[in-house]
Amino acid sequence: MSLEIKDLHAQIPGREILKGLNLIIKPGEVHAIMGPNGSGKSTLSKVLCGHEDYEVTSGEVLLDGENILDMAVDARSRAGLFLAFQYPHEIPGVSNANFLRAALKARLPKGEDIDAVKFYKQLYARMDQLEMDRSFTSRSVNEGFSGGEKKRNEILQLMMLEPKYAILDETDSGLDIDALKIVSRGVNAMRSENRGFLVITHYQRLLNYIQPDIVHVLKDGRIVKTGGKELSLELEERGYDWVTEEPLAAAA
Amino acid sequence: MVSAPDSTLELPVTEANDISDIRVDSVGDFTFPERNKFDSGFGITEKTIDYIADVKGDPDWIREFRHKALKVFQEKPMPTHWATKDLENIKFDEFRYYLSDGQKPKRSWDEVPEDVKKTFDRLGIPEQERKFLAGVEAQYDSEAAYSNIKAAVEEQGVIFVNSTEGLHKYPEIFKKWFGKVIPTGDNKFSALNSAVFSGGSFIYVPPGVKVKHPLQAYFRINSEQFGQFERTLIIADEGAEVMYMEGCTAPKFETATLHSAVVELVAMKGAKIQYVTVQNWSSNVFNLVTKRGIAHEDAEVRWIDCNIGSRLTMKYPGVIMKGRRARGEVISIALANSGQHQDTGAKMVHAADDTTSNVISKSISIGEGRATYRGLVHIPKHLKGCKNNTECDALLINPNSRTDTYPAISVRGNQHATQHEASVSQVSADQIFYLMQRGLTEAEAMSLSVNGFINDLVKEFPMEYSVELKRLIDLEMEGSVG
Repeated sequence: MSLEIKDLHAQIPGREILKGLNLIIKPGEVHAIMGPNGSGKSTLSKVLCGHEDYEVTSGEVLLDGENILDMAVDARSRAGLFLAFQYPHEIPGVSNANFLRAALKARLPKGEDIDAVKFYKQLYARMDQLEMDRSFTSRSVNEGFSGGEKKRNEILQLMMLEPKYAILDETDSGLDIDALKIVSRGVNAMRSENRGFLVITHYQRLLNYIQPDIVHVLKDGRIVKTGGKELSLELEERGYDWVTEEPLAAAA
Repeated sequence: MVSAPDSTLELPVTEANDISDIRVDSVGDFTFPERNKFDSGFGITEKTIDYIADVKGDPDWIREFRHKALKVFQEKPMPTHWATKDLENIKFDEFRYYLSDGQKPKRSWDEVPEDVKKTFDRLGIPEQERKFLAGVEAQYDSEAAYSNIKAAVEEQGVIFVNSTEGLHKYPEIFKKWFGKVIPTGDNKFSALNSAVFSGGSFIYVPPGVKVKHPLQAYFRINSEQFGQFERTLIIADEGAEVMYMEGCTAPKFETATLHSAVVELVAMKGAKIQYVTVQNWSSNVFNLVTKRGIAHEDAEVRWIDCNIGSRLTMKYPGVIMKGRRARGEVISIALANSGQHQDTGAKMVHAADDTTSNVISKSISIGEGRATYRGLVHIPKHLKGCKNNTECDALLINPNSRTDTYPAISVRGNQHATQHEASVSQVSADQIFYLMQRGLTEAEAMSLSVNGFINDLVKEFPMEYSVELKRLIDLEMEGSVG
């Protein structure tokens, strides 16, 4: 059981961005990927989820042994992959509650519906954990939300959908310290032996609250260094320039 | 024998073995064999008019009215100087203008002929009636097959019959308003309707009576190469209130079908009429409808209009605000899929001081579908205190979709307030990616986005209709991605 990325190459027309990326995330582990701007961090998250702007030219991504690269975006989601977006989209006119119900219903056999009472009970409990006002259930998805509210809403979706593997793409960007604490608390509540996390971030700050087991440095489309959480502190202090590729890191 | 077209969806059936063998690809796509005792034949001439007048037993004034209308129809050119050239593809010689089995409308559901009953059973009419309607009329081709009004409503003096019965039984009310809101010569298709009209509802609500539950009519085209020309006249007397709802379907034929209705509403002093339409025509129907209401002092006329399907719909519900403080409103939703053109809008004519009109229009274009908004707001110079608000929003689903807006606002004088807002938005690839990342299929993601776009308008619909509307949109979306 793992999310296994093998020698992944991906490009947008005319430019290769991921250049042979290797990574194995096991359930129960929290991996952090750090790296300078333009290193391919956000590309990685989108490629894993199947965004149509990126073409995978070689490599494999196995979710618990199954290659997901041939699967459509929605099938990957239902297989257990979740992405907390850096810039969550607004869906005008669709309430948060209806959106979550539709997403949960999409996981049931055709024709079946979710138990509304159970759903709201769980939803309210999760919202309380994220200190979200109940009025968010009837508000349109992300419409008019502040940056912090949008990020909290992403974590709410994560908590409701309970994926096997969750990718957090720059979840800390645009958050003040209070919001960062709340969001981290939500993520930490979801840490479990059955769930793997990939936390993508530019700054070390987030990792004070979501403590990673393993830290990777992404540079120019490849993982160039892997270490424990102390690596993130070192990066914070020294920046990214000193990191050079260690050939063996790929095997970590 | 029934048609069995390409199938993706199985409908729930009410009786065990009657129609379970039919599968259909849209809600209304099935037919039963024709059993017409009366058939006016193809084309439209003086003889067609006399045939219809004879079969219906028209009084002389109606026969004369029809003949005059035929002349107007024949003389008027197609309005292609502003409207789509597709109108030229209507071959008037290839339609039949009157078809009926010669039976009187039934008051009891059990007496309705089997095929007709099955048709409306499948479309959910009897359940709806039991659940939330004050009265129902179901029209099959040219004539009503079923007509019923709840006793409690009838006891209040409310009249709800088909137009033929209306003009025979209540000539004094009928004649006073018939053809007064929309004159024969209003346009080529109102003239055509005036010549060959059959069916449609006649409603009269006495002073002060507020009909609690909606009255509903259901229009069904069953026969090929046929034109349906219902005529509806609704009068709400002083202080009366009524809500009327209509639904329309037709099966998919190889050839074109024509639907050309005329609907006239009269709201007397302080009265309130709401007219709700949800139509789901198949994609070969030319749907060319004239709808207009008069609102007297302190009265309100409200059109809630939802257009799905058809090859070409041209429909601009209007309100003439004739008395002081009268209000007019048009709320419309149009969904144009590939091969469809929804040319819809509103006409607001302010003819008294302190009148208020509101137009909210939302259109959705899918694939190569085309949605056009045409609006007319007229406020003459001698009036004061008139207000108009117009909002039209268009949503494009694909790069090939098309939307056009033609607002015509003529406001004279400087004692009025008007505002016009228009927007065009597109469902972005990133929005769909976001929704699909949460597990929704592409069709579900589209459908949710579209439902979100019209959500604030759907709230205006009665609950049963908003559920139906959502289902129709889901069906359209399922068929449009793949």
